[in-house]
Amino acid sequence: MTTYCAHCGQPGEARDHTVCDVQLVMEPPRFCTSCQRRMKVQVTPRGWSAACVEHGVLTS
Amino acid sequence: MTDILERAKTQVLDGGIGLSYDELVEVLQLPEDQIPELLELAHAVRMKHCGPEVEVEGIISLKTGGCPEDCHFCSQSGQFTSPVRSVWLDIPQLVKAAEETAATGATEFCIVAAVRGPDERLMTQVREGIKAIQEAVDINVACSLGMLTQEQVDDLAAMGVHRYNHNLEAAKSYFPQVVTTHSYEERWATCEMVREAGMELCCGGLVGMGESLEQRAELASQLAELDPHEVPLNFLNPRPGTPFGDLPIMSSQDALRTIAAFRLAMPRTILRYAGGRELTLGDLGTRDGLLGGINAVIVGNYLTTLGRDADEDLALLADLKMPIRELAKTL
Ligand code: SF4
Ligand SMILES: [Zn+2]
Ligand SMILES: [Zn+2]
Repeated sequence: MTTYCAHCGQPGEARDHTVCDVQLVMEPPRFCTSCQRRMKVQVTPRGWSAACVEHGVLTS
Repeated sequence: MTDILERAKTQVLDGGIGLSYDELVEVLQLPEDQIPELLELAHAVRMKHCGPEVEVEGIISLKTGGCPEDCHFCSQSGQFTSPVRSVWLDIPQLVKAAEETAATGATEFCIVAAVRGPDERLMTQVREGIKAIQEAVDINVACSLGMLTQEQVDDLAAMGVHRYNHNLEAAKSYFPQVVTTHSYEERWATCEMVREAGMELCCGGLVGMGESLEQRAELASQLAELDPHEVPLNFLNPRPGTPFGDLPIMSSQDALRTIAAFRLAMPRTILRYAGGRELTLGDLGTRDGLLGGINAVIVGNYLTTLGRDADEDLALLADLKMPIRELAKTL
């Protein structure tokens, strides 16, 4: 099953995601890794939540 | 000491008068080996004219993304192919964020919305949000809701908003390269109205957006002319999909020169570390900036990106023996 990069949204095998992985330390995920949809992301002072309509909510 | 540092010592440290545009250009051009001396002077100016206290603030995005404006650095503009989606925060979550912020010792909580200016729906949400925060949390509420009408300024003042953020963003001469959907003059007008209504004005900008050193000095001089209570200083964090998304990250040396120059332009302002410092300065540079003119921080996360862990910043302040400003003194 294809999975997608939470930072850039491209398929895992499509390119090198080393830079994306570094970015994800300082940023919440933006794309659902299961379906590639852009998620609704809310950042709060001490956390974040990211919601995909299909796959539910992720939290920090 | 070089000529410019000597002059700054007499004029800014002893006299309390900020440097002029030409002098700020000289400061920004100082060679790397003079940066420690420059930071030391900027720190002395801060200690003499502001004291050792640091003002701590938390920020929250009440309405994220989908903004009609085209600020080229911003991931929340609806005009670019940024991955940031539009989302609203509800009031219970807003109050929770204020509580989390207050728990760090912060005295300021800033509610931010990605809009050109507030509409009725947003004003209602802000009114209800502020009321709920005031009932539950002991903290000053600030807002950043874009350009305002006089009526909205008066409404916010009546709601008890004690500080309003509206940045100049860039020097007047560079502004058209950064934003085309509204003007520098429109931003300035909102700032003037905010101050006249008795709210504290928070107004800063970003550096590292491709501006020249002269334009960096120009921004500092224009801010000094506006004379805000607080100046948040952002370093560009290039956002994917935005027109500035491929710009290089500013060097830490240039960032430190800028911090010191801003302090030497505005000896008495609250000069706050805002976005991008983690990327530009890292841990060591963050410390250098706090010993080079900065006297306020945003703790925790930003609007769409994450910041350093709040506890790390608080430990750093304790280590530097810089007490956190308390609420009673800011009222
Ligand atoms: S007005 Fe604010 S939210 Fe909108 S694009 Fe400009 S900086 Fe971003
Ligand atoms: Zn990726
Ligand atoms: Zn999904």
